[in-house]
Amino acid sequence: MFGNTTLTQFLFGRLTLEAIPYHEPILVVTFIVVALLGVAILGLVTRYRLWGYLWSEWLTSVDHKKIGIMYILLAIIMLLRGFADAIMMRIQQAIAFNGNEGYLNPHHYDQIFTAHGVIMIFFVAMPFVTGFMNYVVPLQIGARDVSFPFLNNFSFWMTTAGAVIIMMSLFVGEFARTGWLAYPPLSGADYSPGVGVDYYIWGLQVAGVGTTLSGINLIATIVKMRAPGMTFMKMPIFTWTSLCTNVLIVATFPILTATLALLSLDRYVGTNFFTNDLGGNPMMYINLIWIWGHPEVYILVLPAFGIFSEVVATFSGKRLFGYASMVYATCVIMILSYLVWLHHFFTMGAGASVNAFFGITTMIISIPTGAKMFNWLFTMYRGRIRYELPMYWTIGFMVTFVIGGMTGVMLAIPPADFVLHNSLFLIAHFHNVIIGGVLFGLMAGVVYWWPKAFGYKLDRFWGLISFWCWQIGFFVAFMPLYVLGLMGVTRRVNQFEDPSLQIWFVIAAIGAGIIACGIGAFIIQLVVSFMRRDQLRETSGDPWDGRTLEWSTSSPPPDYNFAFTPVVHDHDSWYDMKLRGYERPLGGFKPIHMPKNTGTGIILAVISIVFAFAMIWYIWWLAAASFIAMVATAIGHTFNYNRDFHIPAETVTATEDARSKLLAERA
Amino acid sequence: MSQTQVQSNGMETEKPQFYLTEDHHPEGSTMLGFWLYLMSDCLIFAVLFATHGVLGRNYAAGPSPADLFDLPLVAINTAMLLFSSITYGFAMLQMERGAKAETLFWLGVTGVFGAAFLGLELYEFNHLIHEGAGPTRSAFLSSFFTLVGTHGLHVTFGIIWLITLMVQVGRYGLIPENKRRLMCLSMFWHFLDVVWIGVFSFVYLMGVLG
Repeated sequence: MFGNTTLTQFLFGRLTLEAIPYHEPILVVTFIVVALLGVAILGLVTRYRLWGYLWSEWLTSVDHKKIGIMYILLAIIMLLRGFADAIMMRIQQAIAFNGNEGYLNPHHYDQIFTAHGVIMIFFVAMPFVTGFMNYVVPLQIGARDVSFPFLNNFSFWMTTAGAVIIMMSLFVGEFARTGWLAYPPLSGADYSPGVGVDYYIWGLQVAGVGTTLSGINLIATIVKMRAPGMTFMKMPIFTWTSLCTNVLIVATFPILTATLALLSLDRYVGTNFFTNDLGGNPMMYINLIWIWGHPEVYILVLPAFGIFSEVVATFSGKRLFGYASMVYATCVIMILSYLVWLHHFFTMGAGASVNAFFGITTMIISIPTGAKMFNWLFTMYRGRIRYELPMYWTIGFMVTFVIGGMTGVMLAIPPADFVLHNSLFLIAHFHNVIIGGVLFGLMAGVVYWWPKAFGYKLDRFWGLISFWCWQIGFFVAFMPLYVLGLMGVTRRVNQFEDPSLQIWFVIAAIGAGIIACGIGAFIIQLVVSFMRRDQLRETSGDPWDGRTLEWSTSSPPPDYNFAFTPVVHDHDSWYDMKLRGYERPLGGFKPIHMPKNTGTGIILAVISIVFAFAMIWYIWWLAAASFIAMVATAIGHTFNYNRDFHIPAETVTATEDARSKLLAERA
Repeated sequence: MSQTQVQSNGMETEKPQFYLTEDHHPEGSTMLGFWLYLMSDCLIFAVLFATHGVLGRNYAAGPSPADLFDLPLVAINTAMLLFSSITYGFAMLQMERGAKAETLFWLGVTGVFGAAFLGLELYEFNHLIHEGAGPTRSAFLSSFFTLVGTHGLHVTFGIIWLITLMVQVGRYGLIPENKRRLMCLSMFWHFLDVVWIGVFSFVYLMGVLG
């Protein structure tokens, strides 16, 4: 490793000027745009002297609400990157016919589909979901923060560090060309010698630390920090789905970590876990990665189910139909999600009995999911339904997701899967459930909880445009892929021979264009609503006639969430409080014990980025130095015993009085 | 730690109590959180055990466990780790008594046993690599080195943590925060012991049985 190295090699490892892709015009333009935007943002922050504010109020904050908002901001930014990849693929596939090679060569195209999958799952869906859980769960259970506030900040920054590492691959070196799960032997050192797979590994490992710790944190929060009287069967459904999701996170992300660690050993040390020779077994990797990967899709969709449950009950003005069955369905899905992983590779050849077992367990999952669907329908039945924006997304979800669920059951039949495996039918299926389920749920959550987080509602007109573009765009973009999949077109292909297929790809590209309008309308919605925030202002704290505790406090909630800890008597506790004549406390406030902000989280995350970069480029001295710095920073942090403070009673009184005044103005 | 008990049933009048007017201190979450962390770590070992289970007989015409393992050496090694668990237990007993010097003494002994364990493990690894049975030789050796090495890395971090805590106890005494930290390290240390028993039985003993 150290023999015959020149000084340059010692200092820079395998990093050379050649690693900067200045010969790729697409990347150069992207880089210029990103650089200009970055300089503009940094300039504005400096111009308005916001660095101190950002550092002390946001970057170092341990407030679960601010961390939740930062998670969601990260997700929205990464959504733009992930979607840019998507539309590039759609355009390439629409034009690459009749000998036309399109504008993306295979080398570039392969990186794009890998980055699209990795970014959408790990850096859009995951932070989006985690952001909602962070923001909403403590409020719903009547807590003032999560169990481990510093850990929460650290988790957020590790997730962001992972995203930064993935983004760096765009401009320094390259990204993996292996597909989003990096199957060996393709991802091994023999077939992927460059830095692409290493970017993939380190990006996910760093982000994975954050995800696992935030899972532990939220489980401890939900189990230990619930308001008095809130038994498990009185928890709001979103909190229930969050609990199950976090159990899945803690029970599966370590598997991903270990599996990627074994792949890194194969690549860095030369071990033979997943190689073709000396006893290695690539299928071991594929089993392990899907033991994480299948629960992962439920990690994403369960919180979305929770959001829909809250939305349906609120906007139908009724208790959720079948609360207990909803809880049991969630738990059953949580357990079953662990027993189906092999359906991702029925074609491995494990034999009829194994395939039958996993086919049947897969089909069984549709039963609790179907039960949920009926619960939502029966909640709406004879309810006073208000067609506000969250309800649009929910109904759109119910229509779309059922179709995706049914194609999922088709794929669960092993003989059918032998035909459909790795075809565009599969692509259409999982986009159907992830867009129609997870993304619609997250969009519903944004419009539902936005007034809580910022104190004003989102603009309805642009929200409707966004919804209809997404809804129509989804069908136009993905129904053609079902057709193509049934005709036998496989995934991850960048050129086609058969001209009769082209029309379907053109339609799909038009669909992607419509979705782009949906994303654009969403951003316009955010901007327009911010400009019109005074007209859209919401001072009651309870704009939707909500049912759970987060609506009992002000919008946005004070740092301490609740001046007094609520006591819970029913599972729709805020609705119960309103019904039985709850009166807001006006005096007698006490100092409130809160955790202090700390910069350790962001510092550790920055050092992790340096460490990952050094490992990716074989800069061993830097890797060692940054690793030691990381351990030293962590140890140094433990010497700080002074981690909390009290919000004085006068501050609490002033905050609460201000709210009383606002409420009085309304009346 | 005071815990507030609220009766939501029973003495309910027309208008029940909807909030607490006194301070509410939820039960501490650290022990639960640390247990959850240990279980997540346990899953990492589960993956490594499973991998060893699948690949552990893939010798690739290279040496097998019976050719390589020196069971008496591993037995001494195991004894080192088990003794370190006992001495950690002594440290915890002294901590309960509030005896700082004795706590530090037993923590020190634990660290020495841990270091002896690591030293023997490194000796064994070095020996194997010099015999040409390094981690790249076969899938069996890859999974062996990774499983045992991951355990060893955990012990290394445990020792770094132990030294940190000894400094902190020395400087700040047996304050509640330090007691909580010693408790967490105690769970970590015993957890590593349990994992090692699995390694000793499944990797070494059953490996040699062939």
